[in-house]
Amino acid sequence: MSQTSPQRSPAARKDLPEHLKAYRHVWVFVEYEHGKVHPVSLELLGEGRKLADKLQVDLAGVVLGGSCAQLGAVADLCFESGADVAYLVSDPVLEGYRNDPYTKVMTDLVDTHKPEILLLGATTLGRDLAGSVATTLRTGLTADCTELAIDDERSLAATRPTFGGSLLCTIHTLNYRPQMASVRPRVFPAPARVPGRRGRIVEHGVGVAENEVATKILEFLPDRTSEESRLPFADIVVAGGMGLRNQDNFRLIAELADLLGGEYGGTRPVVQKGWLAPDRQIGQTGKTIRPRLYIAAGISGAIQHRVGVEGADLIVAINSDPDAPIFEFAHLGVVADAASFLRTLTTVLRERIAHLAPIREAA
Amino acid sequence: MKDASGPHIVVCIKQVPDSAQIRVHPVTNTIMRQGVPSIINPYDLFALEEALSVRDRIGGEVTVLCMGPPMAQDALRKALSYGADRAVLLTDRKFAGSDTLATSHALAFAIGTIADKWGAPTLVFTGKQTIDGDTAQVGPGIAKRLNFQPLTYVSRIRNIDLGTGRIEVERRSEGGVQVLSTTLPALVTVMDGVNEIRRGSLPDLLRASRTEIHVWSAADAGLEDLSKCGLAGSPTVVKKVFAPTARAEKAHQITVEGRSHRDVAEDLLREIFAKIPDLELLTTTSGPRA
Repeated sequence: MSQTSPQRSPAARKDLPEHLKAYRHVWVFVEYEHGKVHPVSLELLGEGRKLADKLQVDLAGVVLGGSCAQLGAVADLCFESGADVAYLVSDPVLEGYRNDPYTKVMTDLVDTHKPEILLLGATTLGRDLAGSVATTLRTGLTADCTELAIDDERSLAATRPTFGGSLLCTIHTLNYRPQMASVRPRVFPAPARVPGRRGRIVEHGVGVAENEVATKILEFLPDRTSEESRLPFADIVVAGGMGLRNQDNFRLIAELADLLGGEYGGTRPVVQKGWLAPDRQIGQTGKTIRPRLYIAAGISGAIQHRVGVEGADLIVAINSDPDAPIFEFAHLGVVADAASFLRTLTTVLRERIAHLAPIREAA
Repeated sequence: MKDASGPHIVVCIKQVPDSAQIRVHPVTNTIMRQGVPSIINPYDLFALEEALSVRDRIGGEVTVLCMGPPMAQDALRKALSYGADRAVLLTDRKFAGSDTLATSHALAFAIGTIADKWGAPTLVFTGKQTIDGDTAQVGPGIAKRLNFQPLTYVSRIRNIDLGTGRIEVERRSEGGVQVLSTTLPALVTVMDGVNEIRRGSLPDLLRASRTEIHVWSAADAGLEDLSKCGLAGSPTVVKKVFAPTARAEKAHQITVEGRSHRDVAEDLLREIFAKIPDLELLTTTSGPRA
């Protein structure tokens, strides 16, 4: 059963037990793997900074990894992205993510230093870890949030889509600590780095030995194509929905994206139909994007899609239904059959490029 | 079909409204659920098929477990028709309002009771997430409570060795695939798209219609501490449900009536390039990518 209806229960009143009142500060779990910090962790530091300022507490990045030498540089990145404190835990047992040692270290850190808020990226790693940590700590976890705020009782108000993305709901963890939330990549913008900004490093022991860990990593097979990671970071994205009517018409999406030097994608129903590969799905259950230009063709604009694209600077919607919800959050609209209009748009753009290119080369 | 020498596998499924068909009332902003068909969470079908194909290879039996309202029996009946051996429905008004923590608590308890009645499971399978909650948190939560090794986002099971008690899988992770080996028992959440649910055979279809579905209340499942169930057992509280507000300004509509698509397209491009000037430069100097 899911988090669905407003509740009238004792839990809905804030009555924080005495032993949890000492919990202070905002933490971000900083995902560090294969020598790279996941961009979502920096995005969370940016958002976490706002929450910490509102609460007038510290923002901390928590970094786990195999070798101590690398973590120092990650700590600096955390400070430059807004953290006041960096908790570092390094040990060969933490080389490569495994649920068991990461859960033990995280729960131990929380029990020792008692943060009031713990944010994680809703990545394959973050979701695996968040569920285990919340269950071990017996605290509340709100997954895949699209908005975070502090209410006037100092509680985290975490908003996420519900009912398959047709409505939004705001969820609180009033009487348990830490308040945990996960956020998908690209929901929040990356914060501007402040070069030279520094903070306090706290090193913490690992407390898990390799022979206590049942799971072994036999191999890591890196993806050959980086297609999957390109879509969330593309400056230009063209996407199609059921309004394109058939799989053939998705060639139009790819063609226009290519002409613009961008990426293409589609909605959940389109992926469920098998018209597009799952890694091209845009929306709450797929990729969240923040392009400068987003062209949505034949997409009605259900909330589950909307929350995945709202960070775009300019949203252009093409839909035959003038009442489609997408026109409520798009900036530019064209009421027309998506497939036939796309065909014309691509032709006109191609002519324009052909016409202008020689002039620019001459200049 | 059933083979007691093989592993006992439990598959957790959820009945969900077909979200593609949910509509929000334009005036009251409430969900219009009437007439929306219920389906097995599509992600769970990959888990069920994975369990059935493990049984095909090494024997054993498959128990399907679902928590939900009485009508979720339909989902279980469907699972039986695909070839599951046994079905358990966990249904009780006391579960209403469960969040992910309370849900994983209830399901873990039910799996404990299933173990008492029909043998301890070696594997628990779930889908990677549901399409209505989308949290992907219940699977890892069940694993933690049962003290099973959690293996999430599994795209392939390479080997199950009951002799040494180990399982080897490929797990989708950021930027690649982890090949993991761990001890049994384990909980596996199965990636989507890795298999295709089989068509139930005629004997399975006939059997599905006759097989008794075990319907358990909280008490039947051994859940005595009701403070950990439903609303009371859920640390998260839904304070507000709302429809998103429209932007202050609606989309600027480019006039279409009485004009050719070509004219409209030119207008649109002009507007786009006016708003993002360097975009035109970018597209016209670099042109399409190779």
